[in-house]
Amino acid sequence: MNALRRNVLKGAAGAGTVAVAVAAGLLRPTQALADVPRSAFEAKNVGDALKNMGASGLVDSKDITIKAPDIAENGAVVPVEVTSGIAGTTAIAILAEKNPTPLLADFGLMGGAAGYISTRIKMSQTSLVRAVVTAGGKSYTAAKEVKVTIGGCGG
Amino acid sequence: MHMNRREFLQLLAVAAASGMALDSKSALAGKAPSNFYDVPRHGNVSFLHFTDCHAQLLPIWFREPNVNLGVGDAVGKPPHLVGQNLLKRYGIKPGSAEAHAFTYLDFTEAAKVYGKVGGFAHLKTLVDKLRAQRPGALLLDGGDTWQGSATSLWTNAQDMVDAGIALGVNVMTPHWEATFGADRVMEIVNKDFKQANIDFIAQNVVTNDFGDQVFKPYVMKDMNGVKVAIIGQAFPYTPIANPRYMVPDWSFGIRDDSMQKWVDEARAKGAQAVVVLSHNGMDVDLKMASRVTGIDAIFGGHTHDGVPQPVEIKNAKGVTLVTNAGSNGKFLGVMDFEVKGTRVVSYKYRLLPVFSNLLPADPGMEALIKKARAPYEKKLNEKLAVSDDFLYRRGNFNGTWDQLLVDALMAVKGADAAFSPGFRWGTTLLPGEDITMERLMDQTAITYPQTTLTNMTGETIKSIMEDVCDNLFNADPYYQQGGDMVRVGGIEYTVSPNQTIGKRIADMRINGKPVDAHKTYKVAGWAPVGEGVSGEPVWDVVASYLRDKKVIKGLKLNEPKIVGVGKSNPGIADYSGVLA
Repeated sequence: MNALRRNVLKGAAGAGTVAVAVAAGLLRPTQALADVPRSAFEAKNVGDALKNMGASGLVDSKDITIKAPDIAENGAVVPVEVTSGIAGTTAIAILAEKNPTPLLADFGLMGGAAGYISTRIKMSQTSLVRAVVTAGGKSYTAAKEVKVTIGGCGG
Repeated sequence: MHMNRREFLQLLAVAAASGMALDSKSALAGKAPSNFYDVPRHGNVSFLHFTDCHAQLLPIWFREPNVNLGVGDAVGKPPHLVGQNLLKRYGIKPGSAEAHAFTYLDFTEAAKVYGKVGGFAHLKTLVDKLRAQRPGALLLDGGDTWQGSATSLWTNAQDMVDAGIALGVNVMTPHWEATFGADRVMEIVNKDFKQANIDFIAQNVVTNDFGDQVFKPYVMKDMNGVKVAIIGQAFPYTPIANPRYMVPDWSFGIRDDSMQKWVDEARAKGAQAVVVLSHNGMDVDLKMASRVTGIDAIFGGHTHDGVPQPVEIKNAKGVTLVTNAGSNGKFLGVMDFEVKGTRVVSYKYRLLPVFSNLLPADPGMEALIKKARAPYEKKLNEKLAVSDDFLYRRGNFNGTWDQLLVDALMAVKGADAAFSPGFRWGTTLLPGEDITMERLMDQTAITYPQTTLTNMTGETIKSIMEDVCDNLFNADPYYQQGGDMVRVGGIEYTVSPNQTIGKRIADMRINGKPVDAHKTYKVAGWAPVGEGVSGEPVWDVVASYLRDKKVIKGLKLNEPKIVGVGKSNPGIADYSGVLA
């Protein structure tokens, strides 16, 4: 465990590091939001969310890897990593299909950035977590089930 | 020693008629061969493995289940074999000492003949005997060692830490250990275990923030000139099945991608044999063995399956052996490898039952246990009641011990129904024995023992039962948590294990009336995983019930009607409920 690194970051205030990342162009929230209309984030089901974000004709892709727990340790903060091996990936969106508003994030990847994002999402119940990758104007997808359970009763 | 059931019962009748003490060593000596523990060494690399002893320092009774259903690809395959089906599969003679160890058959009669099992003083004698023949052999502790008894709870796990060190444990991985809290775990790892040179390993426990390893993922050891790697795999769902708040900064999970990474790293560093010390549970281990390559053997626990021989699993690059070594100190696994170059060319495995009557107690360990228990003897030995009934816990749906717990909870709390967790630990009590405080604590000794009384709608009750049932019967082992079904008092129901979540539980009834989805019921329970729950400890609630009852008899085991598993399913036999 790297206690030193943890203490340094705690001391420097976590928020500051995020600000630095944004300033360095690693995260571009406004750009990302500009690409996807607010209506997509407000959509109450997957179909509407996909439609509103302009992702039509989704193609299942084995070049998208979703790393997320099989069973969430805490539904309020579920770690999710998406890696896209599709050439020319320009955006990665994440949806939790059974959330009240399924579209959780859409990351714009600029200037040949690697097709990789890592974040934490909130899930209301067991559901498929779906990644939608935009590359060359087309939309690709993959999904993985993450179970949210009440817990207890283990052997 | 081999005899059929009829001969066996005849012998019992004769023995009883002649006033012979059935628990005596002479009775046993006549039945088990004197060479029971002669296990010739094979090859050049040896591992001794025990798991899930649940802090039972003294010999106890432990009945194996008569219901252990497999689902999906696991139907009818080890470990989902009970009774005669298990004996047949492994060629074990009915009525033999092994048959008694591995099955529930004729349990109460056979227990009197073969005596109690386990006990660290007897286990120590066996470990030392095997080690004397196997220079360099490593003793692996698969976890669930610190929890399960009154004294481990009252000493904050210290009695088990000291006993593990005295036993000569070399490597350990955790599950219930975590319920003593992250700080206590780290204190033991960095102080007691460090001094004793015990490696505490887990590749699948990382920090929440940066994903750093909390423990060493693996260790490399030199055994008789052979480099071996042991990789640790803690129980993947510790923060879900047990309270999250006890290990707030740690993330678990199966993580078979990182498992592959560590196997590859160990091989690259020259490991000639790679084994995993796992608390995944057997079905998870079987799946992992099919996906991760380069592991010679997985020594498994958690699901408490006493599996006489390893299951050989083929994967993309070879074969991985998967074992499971039972629970409660009842068994010691002995794996001998012949390693040549970078390959295990042959193996021999035995899962030895630890019969305390056949193994003299090690004096040093016996003294250590006596000293640890001394301050508590009076409290432990308090007689709460006598049980005319046979009390056991293990089984997918219910056990008589759990029935007693839910009966007590409903009576004391004035509840319509009660839930008790599907724990797989907990000792067995023969008919006519006293229920002492110690035996009650065997069923209840946890660090979050609060009892609760909650108003729940019928809909909530169903959703809880569906949720737990999916943790047991999800067709994908990676979604299984390794416990049994929540024990339910007051509610009769039908279960369809092969269905999916939301469709397994049906026909729920309270006092013969269908459970109304919108009506509110009072439900008692214990062992809340959420933080900040207050309530009287479960052992106090049940102890007051037992003191009041004085004699326990005529327990009515509430077992669900089971649908769709087939009447000849080898994972179920002698079922007292309805098998449709």
